[in-house]
Amino acid sequence: MTTTALYDVPGPQALRRHLIYGVAATAVILGLFAWFVYLLFDTHQFTAQKWDPFTYKGIQELLLRGLGNTLKAFAYAAVLSLALGGVLATARLSEHRPVRWLATLLVEFFRAMPVLVMIFFVFVALKVQPLPALVTGLTLYNGSVLAEVFRTGVNSVERGQREAAYSLGMHKTQVMTFVLVPQALRAMLPTIISQLVVALKDTSLGFLITYEEFLHAGKLIASNLDYGLPFIPVVMIISPIYIGMCMILSWLAHWAARRQRRSPKTEAVEVADAEPGTLLPGAGAHHP
Amino acid sequence: MNVLTDNWSLYGKGLLGTVELTVYASLLALVLGFVMASFRVAPVGSLRVLGTVWVAVLRNTPLTLLFFAVLLGLPRFGVVLPFQLFAVLALGCYTSAFICEAVRSGINTVPTGQGEAARSLGMTFTQTLGAIVLPQAFRSVIPPVGSTLIALAKNSAIAGSFSVTELLGAYKTLNELGYSIIWSFVWIAVGYLIVTLTISAVFNVLEKRWGVAR
Repeated sequence: MTTTALYDVPGPQALRRHLIYGVAATAVILGLFAWFVYLLFDTHQFTAQKWDPFTYKGIQELLLRGLGNTLKAFAYAAVLSLALGGVLATARLSEHRPVRWLATLLVEFFRAMPVLVMIFFVFVALKVQPLPALVTGLTLYNGSVLAEVFRTGVNSVERGQREAAYSLGMHKTQVMTFVLVPQALRAMLPTIISQLVVALKDTSLGFLITYEEFLHAGKLIASNLDYGLPFIPVVMIISPIYIGMCMILSWLAHWAARRQRRSPKTEAVEVADAEPGTLLPGAGAHHP
Repeated sequence: MNVLTDNWSLYGKGLLGTVELTVYASLLALVLGFVMASFRVAPVGSLRVLGTVWVAVLRNTPLTLLFFAVLLGLPRFGVVLPFQLFAVLALGCYTSAFICEAVRSGINTVPTGQGEAARSLGMTFTQTLGAIVLPQAFRSVIPPVGSTLIALAKNSAIAGSFSVTELLGAYKTLNELGYSIIWSFVWIAVGYLIVTLTISAVFNVLEKRWGVAR
């Protein structure tokens, strides 16, 4: 741990002090938590009326269908943005200047726009169904970000690899497909997965254009008067599932990153965490 | 084309809403992110756990879900605040997790020798962090924080769908007034470009002034 350079190895006195701080902090955190739980009970969030609906088959099916729709949108968006990212990255690496310019313009524009604006544009202005509108918006945005990831990945493969391939008489397509891209892809895998986490999180934007996804199903249940408006129970059931799915995917990215750090196959690539300056937040990990 | 000139005040109000939301949420995110980053490197175990959990959970929460929970959930506990304040809370907390990660990786770019030297002068943890490490980390943290805040500005669009006045929300009124939808969206897009380009210009200046390559 590099951060231990920030303080000395604690002696007996410091240990005692840290223990006191620790106990105090834990007490405060637990106190806040207890207060929250008290609030839950105080506002009658644990009554049978509010939790019973989740034992009904119909409600469970509604939730599962919502989850299925979320995953469907994610699957479409993931595949299409990978494809779009590939196309745009190829265009940006092209030798023809107009193609390069056009691709750069598209990538920069779509990365600068809020995804939601694109989704609403497709949904409202082009009068498209919710699912295609959501998938289009997500694809344009994530595709552009992935294009940058691919491009920096290819460019970060050690120069000697490219030079060696050219000196063997390969032409550009061969150099790309046989030498650069395979190495770059391996190195960029964690970043790509992290970007997919963003896509998964953003499928929840479908809620705002009335796509019948997970949150939408939750909202339907939550606004039911017969069950006493079980809003908090719905949030308590939906969030762990949503957050859990994203965490699993994030963890996969993390795992890929750890694995490749040991792999000799990615040695020739400077595994640059996708540039924070050009990507969005938390680049290297993933971002909002 | 005359969508903009006819609805100057509507667009103005929307843009102002977006800017306000962005500024307040940025301040909250910067403060919270900074505190959480200090927690994550602190010698006290329970604070480290709090920081880690905060980041892990918030980074994996869809922002729409967070908005949903905060804007519609908190009123159930009798917490009734203006919607804009709720939106600032949701956006600020969400973004703070990313700021925290940026600051933490910034701390990691400071050479170990700096911390060791500070300690050998007898500085405490707070002194080491506050007077030696963070001022240096700040320099390398400028670009990632900049892009985090740009993302924050873009994410503020979600607030519009939860009845907070902001730029994207303007399309509804324009739609009802019968203006060309395409053009109203073009000007909304221009508005967002103005906001995001301004932030990136500001951070370019900061980077030129204080940034260092390590």
